[in-house]
Amino acid sequence: MTLNDTKKDTAAQPRGVALSLRGLSKHYGPRQVLHNAGLTIAPGEFVAIVGRSGCGKSTLLRLVAGLEAASQGSIQLDGQEVNGLQDGTRVMFQDSRLLPWRRVIDNVALGLPPGSHAAAAGVLAQVGLADRQGDWPARLSGGQRQRVSLARALVHSPRLLLLDEPLGALDALTRIEMHQLIERLWQRSGFTALLVTHDVQEAVALADRVILIEDGQIALDERIPLARPRQRSDPLFGLIEKRILDRVLQQPSQETPANEPVWPPTPAHGLRWAI
Amino acid sequence: MTSVSMTASAAEKRPTLGAAARLERLRAALPAGGLLPVLKALAQRLVPWIVPLALIALWQVAASLGWLSTRVLPAPSEVVKAAWALTLSGELWTHVKVSAWRALSGLAIGGGLGLALGLLTGSVKFFETLLDSTLQMVRNIPALALIPLVILWFGIDEMAKLFLIAISVFFPLYINTFHGIRNVDPGLIEMGRSYGLTRWQLYREVILPGAMSSILVGLRFALGLMWVILIVAETISAQAGIGYLTMNAREFLQTDVVLVGILLYALLGKLADVFARLLERYWLRWHPGYQSAA
Repeated sequence: MTLNDTKKDTAAQPRGVALSLRGLSKHYGPRQVLHNAGLTIAPGEFVAIVGRSGCGKSTLLRLVAGLEAASQGSIQLDGQEVNGLQDGTRVMFQDSRLLPWRRVIDNVALGLPPGSHAAAAGVLAQVGLADRQGDWPARLSGGQRQRVSLARALVHSPRLLLLDEPLGALDALTRIEMHQLIERLWQRSGFTALLVTHDVQEAVALADRVILIEDGQIALDERIPLARPRQRSDPLFGLIEKRILDRVLQQPSQETPANEPVWPPTPAHGLRWAI
Repeated sequence: MTSVSMTASAAEKRPTLGAAARLERLRAALPAGGLLPVLKALAQRLVPWIVPLALIALWQVAASLGWLSTRVLPAPSEVVKAAWALTLSGELWTHVKVSAWRALSGLAIGGGLGLALGLLTGSVKFFETLLDSTLQMVRNIPALALIPLVILWFGIDEMAKLFLIAISVFFPLYINTFHGIRNVDPGLIEMGRSYGLTRWQLYREVILPGAMSSILVGLRFALGLMWVILIVAETISAQAGIGYLTMNAREFLQTDVVLVGILLYALLGKLADVFARLLERYWLRWHPGYQSAA
């Protein structure tokens, strides 16, 4: 019901931006972090990028955010090649990065013209923190801080929201709440969302498309056909999650040499369980 | 949970209260357990004062009984009397004013320069390369070692005292400002940039508040040094000020006035420290370490 309403809205007035990456590469000195990555995201689409740590997924996000410059390749928003920071793009960082010396409401209003407190208060109410406006960030829990950080991003009505493992440090229950919150606000505002995460379940719960990056290259691009809101208890959900997870694990981790089996064939009685 | 709070608010709205209810309210207003904990808390406040008060009493007794020569240490009552006499004649106020003016103008000049240069070298790489190593070298010269040179340059004038104070408060403020700015969380600066803050906004909203706790540490160091250097500078030579008061009293063997001078320095030092603490309380009120349990 709400979904259909939002769809109508986005059809009338596209809020989200079309993002297209071509031949994107990044190296730090001799170390190549991203090779020739190409990706096209439709306006209003929710895309999740998964991969092992160090695979280059965060670098990709930082390039799109304009926080770092690509070594090669181009980034296009709505067909226009862009460079550096963009006004319509906002980032939600892994650590909330709230200014500890500004009260919650002032943190949300950061970078807005003076007198925008009403707008900031409105978005704070949307993330369920209307009553914490006057608090110092140090008084908030981790989940509340990330909600403030989400509000701070959304108050700018971004056309592209980049989420850099924003829920990595939260406990399981808070994460599920945050998933619902992010999904609801995304459906309401219609921005394009790019989420970097190491949690495949989070990716399947939120994204229209899940992309796997391996060794700096895009290794998998899978559409999630589940209807929203998604139920984790849905057998299809579990199936998709397992398939993607298996695909992620297929690539041996960098610590173990590729030619050796990860699990040595030891008879069961020879094992010592460290539990 | 909700039902409990609802009944409580309903009770508050009731216009008239029975005597029993009023008594109940009064009891609720008192800390749990009646008056005894209040007395205990009071005793806890008083305990630290027992030893100093006992020492003063002992001192008074020793002086009155003639165990202590007045040339060594006059009785506390004599010191109080001397302070009172100086206050009545207006002398005390004049000298305190002169000393405080010296200290504060020295702090304003030296501290202001330290802060400005610290902000400059901390924020602009070019100025760090240009100035920092020079300043770090000069820093190793103790301010008091400059006294002969300062007397040659400025004579024994006001200027010499101001110069000594200014140069000694410069370095604590410079170094702590520089490090404060350098230690601002780069993640916050990156966030500020990506949220479209202008250079000036970034400075005002992120960098300066981030460096503030360190700058205030520098200020407290500077205040401590300021009084020490003032005392030395005033003892060398002066025509007015607390140092003049004490040196003059020494000539006339007025130990009571000397003690008044020493206590005045202590009092001014304490006042400056209290002031710095108040600044910390205000500017760092966001910091969990400076928040009172409220």
